[in-house]
Amino acid sequence: MHSYDTIYDVIVVGAGHAGCEAALAAARMGCSTLMLTINLDAIALMSCNPAIGGLAKGHLVKEIDALGGEMARNIDATGIQFRVLNTRKGPAVRASRAQADKQLYRLRMKRVLEQQDNLHLKQGEVTALYREGDELKGVDTRSGIRFMGRTVIVTTGTFMRGLIHIGLTNYPGGRAGDLPSVGLSDQFRTLGFEVGRLKTGTPARLDSRTIDFTRLETQHGDNPPQPFSYSTERITMRQVPCHIAYTNPRSHEIIRSGLDRSPLYSGVIEGVGPRYCPSIEDKVVRFPDKERHQTFIEPEGLETVEVYPSGMSTSLPIDIQIPFYRSMEGLERVEIMRPAYAIEYDYVDPIQLHATLETKLIRNLYHAGQINGTSGYEEAAGQGLMAGINAALRVQGNPPLVLDRSEAYIGVMIDDLVTLGTKEPYRMFTSRAEYRLLLREDNADLRLREKGHSIGLVPEELYVGFLRKQEMILAEQMRIAQTRLSLNEQEMAFLEEHDLADIQRGTSLEQLLKRPEITYAELSLFDDVSRETRTDVREQVEIQIKYHGYIERQKEQIERARGLEHARLPEELDYFSINGLTTEVREKMQRYRPDTLGQASRIPGVTPAAISVISIALKANSWKTLKGCE
Amino acid sequence: MYLEDTIAAIATPVGCGGIGIIRVSGSDASIIASSVFVKQGNGGLDSHRFYYGRIVDPLDGSLIDEGMAVLMSAPRSYTREDVLELHCHGGYLIVQRVLDACLRAGARLSEAGEFTRRAFLNGRIDLCQAESIIDLINSRTDMSLAFAQSQREGLLSARLKEITDSLRNALALIEAFIDFPEEDLDETALNRIDSLVQSAHNSLGELLESFAHGKVIRDGISVLLAGKPNVGKSSLLNALTLEQRAIVSHIPGTTRDVIEEIINIDGLPVRIIDSAGIRESRDEIEQEGIRRSLEKLALADLVLFLVDGSAPLDTNDRDLLQAISGKQFVTVVNKSDLPSVVGDNELPGQTEIVHISSKIGSGIDQLRNVIFKKFVSDGVMSSRDHVAVTTVRHRDILVRALAGLAGFCSRLSSGVSGELLAIDLRDSLSAIGEITGETTPDTILDIIFSSFCIGK
Repeated sequence: MHSYDTIYDVIVVGAGHAGCEAALAAARMGCSTLMLTINLDAIALMSCNPAIGGLAKGHLVKEIDALGGEMARNIDATGIQFRVLNTRKGPAVRASRAQADKQLYRLRMKRVLEQQDNLHLKQGEVTALYREGDELKGVDTRSGIRFMGRTVIVTTGTFMRGLIHIGLTNYPGGRAGDLPSVGLSDQFRTLGFEVGRLKTGTPARLDSRTIDFTRLETQHGDNPPQPFSYSTERITMRQVPCHIAYTNPRSHEIIRSGLDRSPLYSGVIEGVGPRYCPSIEDKVVRFPDKERHQTFIEPEGLETVEVYPSGMSTSLPIDIQIPFYRSMEGLERVEIMRPAYAIEYDYVDPIQLHATLETKLIRNLYHAGQINGTSGYEEAAGQGLMAGINAALRVQGNPPLVLDRSEAYIGVMIDDLVTLGTKEPYRMFTSRAEYRLLLREDNADLRLREKGHSIGLVPEELYVGFLRKQEMILAEQMRIAQTRLSLNEQEMAFLEEHDLADIQRGTSLEQLLKRPEITYAELSLFDDVSRETRTDVREQVEIQIKYHGYIERQKEQIERARGLEHARLPEELDYFSINGLTTEVREKMQRYRPDTLGQASRIPGVTPAAISVISIALKANSWKTLKGCE
Repeated sequence: MYLEDTIAAIATPVGCGGIGIIRVSGSDASIIASSVFVKQGNGGLDSHRFYYGRIVDPLDGSLIDEGMAVLMSAPRSYTREDVLELHCHGGYLIVQRVLDACLRAGARLSEAGEFTRRAFLNGRIDLCQAESIIDLINSRTDMSLAFAQSQREGLLSARLKEITDSLRNALALIEAFIDFPEEDLDETALNRIDSLVQSAHNSLGELLESFAHGKVIRDGISVLLAGKPNVGKSSLLNALTLEQRAIVSHIPGTTRDVIEEIINIDGLPVRIIDSAGIRESRDEIEQEGIRRSLEKLALADLVLFLVDGSAPLDTNDRDLLQAISGKQFVTVVNKSDLPSVVGDNELPGQTEIVHISSKIGSGIDQLRNVIFKKFVSDGVMSSRDHVAVTTVRHRDILVRALAGLAGFCSRLSSGVSGELLAIDLRDSLSAIGEITGETTPDTILDIIFSSFCIGK
């Protein structure tokens, strides 16, 4: 093995959505960073759907942006349809989603990486971690070069022992067209990691020239398109629509006729698939009464005829795939350009990680993305960013950055993963966040900019703009609390019309805005100044007031939980030596090894009484140590 | 952890002993003392002195019990905080009521081991002591899993499970429409939310009612002693409880009020209700007693139909038999120490007949056994009606859950958005989870994925 002469601060293994954020974060924080990928032409490739965002995922993207990550800017620059979902619901559950031009997306990300100071990109397949004694020193590659690094972030996606299935045919691959990563997961097993197997799938890519779009419903994006990033002024890409098609009973018949050759139903696939992203055969088998299933035909880019039929992934053989896709109205003549397939891959149970994403077994080794059992570009990017940040902070000798469940979806996700582990591909949902009303897309900057800036990821000019916005929000909040209504006749008439006749002279604008019958925009009738307020400022002021009661309630809950969240459990704590715990609790604590009492309280079966007992034992420990009478 | 607030708990084993002690610890102990305890004479409570007085409801001042109180100011107390102890009569019900009064006066129900934890954290006891006390608490918890208790709690959990299932289904519907706006979901499913929550709301209300009215076994399965005057009801009560509580005399009509006593039959709490002898009476006070007896008859889970085996059956017996014909009953032939003149063929044939003598104590064990078997067969309590909320803690929790649901229903009808409705449901679910020990968001996802075809 030839040792390369540079010692990097951070080595990132993989260049998917996790790897890109990890490498950029580390390099931007001033660490000399090496990114290693099996294929330099596949950086930030969207292996599955050509879209970013959606419910809870849009939230993740905005949080990544607020902290100084790249994903939001990348989709803003390459997105070809933008929509805000759930506009009929409240701001907490509104979310952004965009279709990407898949090739432009990866090319732009590659360019950003290439132009980043401190960051080096090299092609190479990592086959093993290199250790001296117990100490992690770098990585070995298939081509015989050893790279030395102080920290290593592994983001292997679906590549570790990847196995592609099309019908009963299967062959090793990390993604259609790419080689798998072999060797690394075997080493993980040898090192004592629990390695499991997951499965996911992707639909066929279809030739849009063979689809009759006149017979499909058209779905346009929002006009004007709203960007993801706080630093994007407007979307300049040409915008295109998606189309909606449906399966029918005949499609389902075709699917059923191929089930005997499904790797899923014949038991060839052992990996666990995601319940929220079932293959079409899963849908047909599990919901036999449903007469049709919807699919969005999503463009893969502006300059390609390839389109992606969402929700139509399958691992059935190609001779079933062809008649199946052609059974849909408007798709009778459709040509498949790339077949659908399922892929199985190794993941490392994330229960073996600290909340910093550093592994508990090997110091200075971090895992991010699908290796942790997640699915989704946004989930991967969020973890990649945090792993990059924490590796950099480690190298710099600074304390780690861990986001709380009450601060960010990223915090919820990582806490879920490291506290409970996962047995199926983990995806973010807003329902996973207990403080959902506080974790909104619209306030991701208010929640996280400060943090991003303090670790050196958010550049000064963006930070100054953010401070300005914060001041304006405060000023406007004060102003409407102090401005009182004088009420002329026209205004009184308006109030009466809106069932607000009880509002009297001298009531503050804030009081008025608290009423559900009125919006901030309508304040302009009573108040000239409000017309001038910037949209993003007005949005915050309005939400703060409208959600006030709920926000306070959630803040109280956070306050109550704080003690537990901050009580750290020492790594060497032996739960079998603590009197008063049931065997079940002891075994769970020993297996999950939570870092804090808060995490412990979220483990199913660990009761409040057990938490009390452990907290007593904790006090006793520190007390013993203090007195020196161990 | 709530180290600063004031906690309360029953310090004596439940259901036994002549005296019950309720202990309160925390900075509000003396305030609570002044609102639930009215001592004789003027002035407040000096520390470390025992006072005699009345224990009252802090809200309306109504009498709960007469008893003793002692306030131990910090740091000379078990927890090194201000501690109040209230000593009252040891009946199951009274102790719960006194605790309830303390909670209403502002204390929080303590968690298991919390007094000990405070004592330890404040340096009052060392770790060894704390650990041994925790062991004790745990072993007591194990005991509480003993047969009858587990049956009761099992049934309560089963009812709560029905309720949480409804709520989870409702929540899953709401969440599905929040998290999957692009799926082709059937919007008519949303109409089910209202009925799901309503049914949960009603069931919760019923459960709470079970606490409020004692219809079910908060304080034992209710067993009514019914029989004409002087047939020996009070003696039987005494024999069952081994304690002279009811006034026993041979003058018919001595028992004018309803007397209740809790007994423990192999772990099953049974509330035995002695009633005024039911007969035609011109005595007004006695008539009132009879009226109450008949009321109790309607509420009783089981009637012990008591006849005097040493005297022929008369119209009073037959009238009474008529009155209880719709109830579940056991015929008890008393005075088996005297020559029998009543043949079994003269007695109703559809139920067991037990011969006893409360005077010499014969047949009592057999009777206890018969009562037990009426409710527990093959280890399962037979009637759904016997599910009950039995503790103040459970009641507090269910009140919170119910409040959440009431909020939910009013917000649902005023068209509030799903993510806000979900908060009310989650609060209620997590409250109930404090009893059942479960609520994880993942169960909601399970329901969503099993009831909707989701996936793009």
